[in-house]
Amino acid sequence: MATDSTHTAGADEDLYAGSTETTEGRVFTVSGQDWDEIAAGLGEGEASERVVVNMGPQHPSTHGVLRLILEIEGETVTEARAGIGYLHTGIEKNMEYRSWVQGVTFCTRMDYLSPFYNEMTYVLGVERLLDIEDQIPEKASVMRVLLMELNRLSSHLVAIATGGMEIGALTVMTIGFRERELVLDLFELITGLRMNHAFIRPGGVAQDLPPGALDEIRSFITLMRKRLPEYAALCNANPIFKGRLEGVGHLDLEGCMALGLTGPILRSTGYPWDLRKTQPYCGYETYDFDVQTWDTCDSYGRFRLRLNEMWESLKIIEQSTDRLAKMEGDPVMVADKKIAWPSQLAIGSDGMGNSLDHIRHIMGESMEALIHHFKLVTEGFRVPAGQAYVPVESPRGELGAHVVSDGGTRPFRAHFRDPSFHNLQAMGVMSEGGMIADVIVAVASIDPVMGGVDR
Amino acid sequence: MSDEKDPTPQGAEGMDKSPEQAAVDQSPENVPAPADEHAVGERHGMFGVRGTGDTSGYGGLVSRVVLPGAAQRPFGGWFDTVADKLDDLIEQVVIHRGEITFHVARHNLEAVARLLRDDPTLRFEFLSGVSGVHYPDDTGRELHAVYHFGSMTFNRRIRVEVAVSDADPHLPSVVGIYPAADWHERETYDMFGLIFDGHPALTRILMPDDWPGHPQRKDYPLGGIPVEYKGGTVPPPDQRRSYN
Repeated sequence: MATDSTHTAGADEDLYAGSTETTEGRVFTVSGQDWDEIAAGLGEGEASERVVVNMGPQHPSTHGVLRLILEIEGETVTEARAGIGYLHTGIEKNMEYRSWVQGVTFCTRMDYLSPFYNEMTYVLGVERLLDIEDQIPEKASVMRVLLMELNRLSSHLVAIATGGMEIGALTVMTIGFRERELVLDLFELITGLRMNHAFIRPGGVAQDLPPGALDEIRSFITLMRKRLPEYAALCNANPIFKGRLEGVGHLDLEGCMALGLTGPILRSTGYPWDLRKTQPYCGYETYDFDVQTWDTCDSYGRFRLRLNEMWESLKIIEQSTDRLAKMEGDPVMVADKKIAWPSQLAIGSDGMGNSLDHIRHIMGESMEALIHHFKLVTEGFRVPAGQAYVPVESPRGELGAHVVSDGGTRPFRAHFRDPSFHNLQAMGVMSEGGMIADVIVAVASIDPVMGGVDR
Repeated sequence: MSDEKDPTPQGAEGMDKSPEQAAVDQSPENVPAPADEHAVGERHGMFGVRGTGDTSGYGGLVSRVVLPGAAQRPFGGWFDTVADKLDDLIEQVVIHRGEITFHVARHNLEAVARLLRDDPTLRFEFLSGVSGVHYPDDTGRELHAVYHFGSMTFNRRIRVEVAVSDADPHLPSVVGIYPAADWHERETYDMFGLIFDGHPALTRILMPDDWPGHPQRKDYPLGGIPVEYKGGTVPPPDQRRSYN
């Protein structure tokens, strides 16, 4: 519908967010039940030769606030570009104004579906600069692995759920979010929060496991072993599902290497590149699991791959649970008091806070402890000058933080190489030449999380 | 900084090792930086307090910000293999915490990238990304572009760093060699104003097209700019209440 703006600039005009008029071409705003009008308009003038469709940023099928700019001929996409930046919040800039520990609180919010990976890569970088990589307690590493693999489950569940929803498979969405909720319950039990945990800290993790957590995790594993086959039963051989996904979003190994793609997209070409195996961190080399691959290079392969990876994650979760059962009472934070957070958290009458024992100690017993607590919590510790880059294998591929220190108490620069940002570059090559409906499937198989793309 | 430390602080010659020396040996960051080291900045005072509010007694303290210095051969292991190939094209090599950084002049960047990708003994087929760092006090080398390369064949990682000046922020684009750099270079341009010559479409990517300034530069304030919240402004975090 061509907008006929008869109303003059008056009371309802927004002073701060004025609208921009497009000066080139003719603009149609599609709002439903106006197809006849558009079809008539498309038959005349330059619109009959070149049609550019703006899909998003507010579109239910673009996997977040992603704007797809599609040049189409009939139903065929001849050129596809992605417009991003709608969720840019300046997290990297903000981190430069807060202490090294507070940085975790920011970066956990970037890729909101895999918060632990954001924290992990940043914390590994800080620990490398501090040169305390060898001093991280064993229990902290196992807890990190446990949380990351639970997170891989929840992230892959959302990838499959939203991917299903975008092609109309609503049951896949409801059961995907049903299981994800169970993982979030575990997160809430262990960290106190369902998302944005800020739980992995330089030197270890914020808190020990609460009582009963291991039993909850074990019953969750048992339940997931029953539930995961439901996804296979619903989708694997479903003719509609296969018809929509097979051969769509095709990108072979050569294309992946040229574009530097990682994660499920690369592994769906049959190349078993997984940083957990090739460049292990947090003791991943001591766990028994396989790198899953597929050989079809398409969206269907990426779906099956994610399903298989969830089984592998369950294996790792089970092993780390067994290890944690033998580590009751072990420290979860580095012993160096100049780095470790001074207080432990505890549940009080007014909710979670510093433990009363600690408050009694600093307020009533030791002036030095109070000074130490105050210094470390407000100013923070200093990190020797230098730079580090320690990537981890997030559910979407290589996630790395380039951490630069000038020897101060705040990051001089923290840059995140987010796999969603990087992999989204392949959207064009995956969808050009296909149908518009296939763009949705291709984007869903990349599984970009806009919080991570825009940061 | 774990590289070689100067064991003789000024005025300490000929004296026996005092207890203070032991502390210096234990924590290398207490060793004064050698005067010939290249400093990228200076830090004044302590605890971040400035002006009349500084009652800490440390107001006159000036400490130089010195990044890890150049490494000497042999670098050890495969570091030498890579360095041998790149020898003519690099300014200096820094090894810090087990990571190797090659500093490259901008006119050599394309040659380095091509060599890294094509040489059968290097095979850095993976460019992880481009990141920028702004050192406002590093005169003539204010803007750094940092590339992380990976070799999947040999399972290696290196860092390549290119420094240019604020006045002439041009460096060649590597999109022609590593197509993966496309959005990363756009982001670095957007955030730092580094101009990658030869990039097919160097436009802003995260900020709006008509945004003034480059937000990640150190002279760009955090917050405090007019936001589209109908007249509402937020003070920059460094002007809010703070303990450091």
